[in-house]
Parts: sequence; structure tokens; C-alpha cells
Amino acid sequence: MENKLIDHILHLADTTLILAQRNAEWCGHGPILEQDIAITNISLDLLGQSRNFYQYAAILIGGDTDEDKLAYLRKEREFKNLLLVEQPNGDWGQTILRQYFFSQYQYLLFEKLQNSKDEQLAAISAKALKEIKYHLRWSSEWVVRLGDGTGESRSRMLKAIDELWRYTGEMFVPAAYETAVDIISLKNEWEQKVKTIFEESSLPLPENVFMQTGGKQGVHTEHLGYILAELQYVQRAYPNSTW
Amino acid sequence: MNIQIRKFYYGDIPEEKSSASTYKTEHDTTAWPLWEIFIRSKQGLDHKHVGSLHAADAQMAIENARDVYTRRQEGVSIWVVESKYITASNPEEAGELYEPAVDKIYRHPTFYNLPDEVNHM
Amino acid sequence: MSVQDLEKIFQDAIDSEIKIEPKNWMPDAYRKTNIRQISQHAHSEIVGMLPEGNWISRAPSLKRKAILIAKVQDEAGHGLYLYSAAETLGTSRDEMINDLHSGKAKYSSIFNYPTLTWADMGAVGWLVDGAAILNQVMLCRTSYGPYARAMVRICKEESFHQRQGFESLLVLSQGTEEQKAMCQDAINRWWWPSLMMFGPKDSESTNSDQSMKWKIKRKTNDELRQQFVDMIAEQIKLLGMQLPDDKLKWNEQRKHNDFGEINWAEFWAVVKGNGPCNKQRLEARRKAHEEGKWVREAAMAYADKKANQKKQEAA
Repeated sequence: MENKLIDHILHLADTTLILAQRNAEWCGHGPILEQDIAITNISLDLLGQSRNFYQYAAILIGGDTDEDKLAYLRKEREFKNLLLVEQPNGDWGQTILRQYFFSQYQYLLFEKLQNSKDEQLAAISAKALKEIKYHLRWSSEWVVRLGDGTGESRSRMLKAIDELWRYTGEMFVPAAYETAVDIISLKNEWEQKVKTIFEESSLPLPENVFMQTGGKQGVHTEHLGYILAELQYVQRAYPNSTW
Repeated sequence: MNIQIRKFYYGDIPEEKSSASTYKTEHDTTAWPLWEIFIRSKQGLDHKHVGSLHAADAQMAIENARDVYTRRQEGVSIWVVESKYITASNPEEAGELYEPAVDKIYRHPTFYNLPDEVNHM
Repeated sequence: MSVQDLEKIFQDAIDSEIKIEPKNWMPDAYRKTNIRQISQHAHSEIVGMLPEGNWISRAPSLKRKAILIAKVQDEAGHGLYLYSAAETLGTSRDEMINDLHSGKAKYSSIFNYPTLTWADMGAVGWLVDGAAILNQVMLCRTSYGPYARAMVRICKEESFHQRQGFESLLVLSQGTEEQKAMCQDAINRWWWPSLMMFGPKDSESTNSDQSMKWKIKRKTNDELRQQFVDMIAEQIKLLGMQLPDDKLKWNEQRKHNDFGEINWAEFWAVVKGNGPCNKQRLEARRKAHEEGKWVREAAMAYADKKANQKKQEAA
């Protein structure tokens, strides 16, 4: 039971950390100053969430581990993040769509997690939910804007859907450690919500796409290795140092 | 006025020292309009002008204001108005607009001398 | 009213510390100087995001990562406040950004130096932000109202930037031998460029200093530079590190530190575009702007579409 909880917490921590890392790549390179600041804010929120989860996992694991050891010294096969969040930023449309897919999922998931029997998990989730609500609002507005903007923005969104849709199925396939919430039950509502937003932006909902899975079990796309190589570089080059 | 400014400051390097560039810039065909931002810092206080920013529409202006001007809990409420809708008074009319109020000292409580025994007034 | 009268009213206001506001009459040169200085200050904030942004993905702990992201994001905010202030003078952000990208407008040369190790994040915070803050505190009292107000906001937010830099170096200075060496190396590389941030020596300037008369700038380059040297010479003792200047010495008579000569050839080389990173920095900014074009256009097209729909519904 305890191991399941730890794995679940680590899955939540890894997913939010990797998406924070990806979104932060925009910092200084956004399409306009105001949106550079916006995406960076989301990155900071997600990083904060991941730290809460890592810190809690460190307490559960005990010994001398801490948030940084968990984030910086675990390897590719130990990371349990969703495949969706490790996908490259691509253009602004792809980043927006990735954020929307994830925020829509995270919102439904955390609504359940905030009522979790585990008090700490419930508390972290409840706090995060306010941030997620804003991410969801911001990203869904952008999906509509780009889907229904210009010809170019629409075709870029179609391409983004083509890139990312296949990584959404994994969210609703429960891993052995995901016992706190009935993940499968979220799928229908998620699809309904996405459908509404897509209709508003006149984007088509893909059908019969083969879904990639594995992230939750540590079997990733090739992108994760590079993310970790960068993320963990200093800690690994100078072991046993304080920063 | 024909004064040459020859000093160089942080963030102020004169343009004659610029290197030549062949880079072709392209102006945006449709730049996002400018919005003035007003923030209520605390419940019970007035909204106060804090600055401006660019946004495509009012909704986005509010969200941008939230991200730009309330990163450190500076506000509980935001107003946005597109800058072009602000009408400002003319500084050259300051005399006729504001000076007539100067000698109406009887509008101020300190104008009235009351005996010390009068409290709470 | 004649131009002479207007100029007199203007200068009287400045002399009695009354701020100049956007709709007030002002000499053309005052407007131009302010546009140039404020926009270049804004560009410095935006380009300044790049050398530090360079280490966000590699920050060595989650805490440091959060601090660094927040700091670089603040710089975006500061650039935005400053662009807004400049826009009150009748220029547009689009125009200013184009001037940056064409190479016409400049930004602080310091950001053309590379950030090579993690310790550079500490050194940049401590030395570069430290030097910038001295300028910025002075600019809080500058004569143009919107600029002064933007600077007040910026100074409030900046106060954590220098502190986090120093604290980060303090940890390195108490760490392993490798960390200490990394710390000293970063200080060695950033010290002289930081001194250059204050600009050429006062004696280089022969003309009357209009910016001082207009109270856009309130202290001379050399005054600020001296203030900086004195401040850092004390603080470095706490780090147990050395400043790379063997002429640095307390002068009891002057009650200030003497210090060595800046390499002005290097200063002008970097200003003219030949610093280690001039090319990359500008290219990064141009790329972001060009790749964002379709995004900005789409958002505007969508907003127009929605506004038209509303109009039609109302009709």
C-alpha cells in the first residue's frame, strides 16, 4: 500500500516537473512579452506543485532523501511522468494544446484527489486546484483563439492535434499504483469538455487514433533522456554538493 | 534647442555608435491595442492606475494584467480600459480648471474655529 | 506662448522637482532622450533575460530553479513597464522592438557576455543587478513621471534579485573546492564588465550635460561607479573571494577605494557589436518575434471576429 502511494505521488511530481521544465523553455522566447510572462507563470505554478509532491514523497520514503534527490538523481526508467508532458514545445500552438489537454485532465483529476483519504495528498491537490483552474481557462481560451483565428493558426492547430492526440489516451489507463482515484471514470468527461472547446474553435476531434502508453511505468519517448540530461547535469557533475 | 547629448548611461548608448545592420525588420500588420490597467490593491480601496499593457481583447487584457501586475499579490480586482478611450484634461487648462478652488478655504474643516469643549465634530 | 516661454516653464518645473507628465509641453530633445533611454533600458531588461534564461533548465536544485524562473520573469515584467512608460511619449512598442532588431537601438552591453557556469547566475545577480540597482534607485527620482513610477515599481521588485545572487555565491563559497573555484572564476569574469555598465568616464564628456540639467540622470557615471566599487569591496570579504584587480585599495584620503583602469577598447568593441554574444542575443530576440508573428495575428483576427459578431447581434 505504502509503495503504491509513493509511486503515485512520484508520478504526480514527475509529470508536473517535466511540464514545468518544458514551459520554462519559453521564458525569454515567447511570442509577445505579455504571453512570455503568462507561460512562465504557469511553469512556476507547476514547479511549485511538483515540489510539494516530491517533498511529500521524501517524507513517505524517509531516510536522507529529499526533493532534489528525487528530482535530480532518479534515472530515465524511474521517471513516471505522462508521455504528453515530455513532448517538445513545437510552436506556440503545440505548447498551448499540450497545456490544454493536460490542464483539462489535471482539473478533473485533482477535483477527485482533493477528496482523497490521504490528507496530505488531498491538501496539496486542493491548493493546486486553484492554479489549475486558471491554467485551464488560459489554455482553453488560446485553443479557441488559434483554432478560430487565421488560416495559418488553424492549420498549425491541426498539426498540433496530430502530434499530441496520441499521447492523451495514456492519462486514462490506470497504472497499478493509481488506486486513489478511478482514472477511467474521468475519460468521458474529459472528452466531452475537449469536444466543447474544439467545437467552439471549429477544430475536428480525431477518431480511432492509436494511443501511446508507457510513461506511467517509466517507458518513455526518446525526448525524456535529453530533458533529464539537462535538468540533472549540475547535480551529477558535482555530486554531494549543496547549492 | 540644439544641444548634443554626449553622455552614455546604463541603457542609454547613443545611436551614432551603433554598428551597421542589414537586418530587415517587419512591422506587425495588426499590433495588439494598448490597455490601461487599474488595480484595487485591497478590498475597500479605490482602483488605482498601475500602468499599461498590450492585449488582443478585454478578456486577455485582464489575464495579462493578472500575470504582469499582480505577481506579488498586489491586487484583488482589476479594471482594464483600452487606452484610446481615455480622455485626459489638458495641462494648459490647469489654471481655469483647478485654481478657482484655491481660495475656497471655507470648504475645509480647519477654516472654522470652535471652542475646545466641542468634541466629535 | 513662445517656445522660450514654454522652455522656461518646463525648466522651472524641473528645477522645483515637479515631475513632467505625458501631456505637458516638453522640448523635443527631452522627449527624444527619454524615448531613447527608456526604450534602451527596456531592451536591456528583455535581452537580459537571455543569459540567465540560459541556466533555467540546468538550475541545480528545485528551489534555485524556482528563484531563477521568477527572477527572469520579473525582468520581462520590468521590460514591459518600461516599454509602457516609453509609449506615453508617443512611440509604439512595435517601433521600439523594430529598432532593437534592426540594431539601431542599443541595450546594456553586459548582456553580450556569456553565462558559462552555474556560478554565473550568482555573479550576475550580485554584480550586474547590483550595478543596475544603483542606476535604478537614482532613476526613481528621474524627472519624467511615467519613467520614475516604472522605476519605483522595478526597484521594489528588484530588491530580491541582488540578494538571491549573493546568497547563491555564499553557498558556493562555503562549498567544495570545485564550487569555490567556480565562484571565484565567475567573479573574475563578471567584475570588469560590471564596472563598464556605468559607461565612459565623466572626463570623456566635453559638452554640457543636458541630462543632468533635465534631471533625467542625477548622478554621474564616475560617482555611481565609485559607489559600486566601495560597496562590492566590502561585500566580497564575506565571500572570502578576491576581486581581479591588484590596484584595488582603500584610499584613506579620498575615503574611497582606488581601482584599476577599465579596458575601454573592450568596452567599445562590445558596444559596437563585437562582444562574445551580441550576435546570438539579437538573433534570439528576432527569432522569438518572427515566430510569434502568426500568434499575434491570430489573436487579433479572433478578437476582431468576436467584436464584429457582437456588433451584428446588437444591430
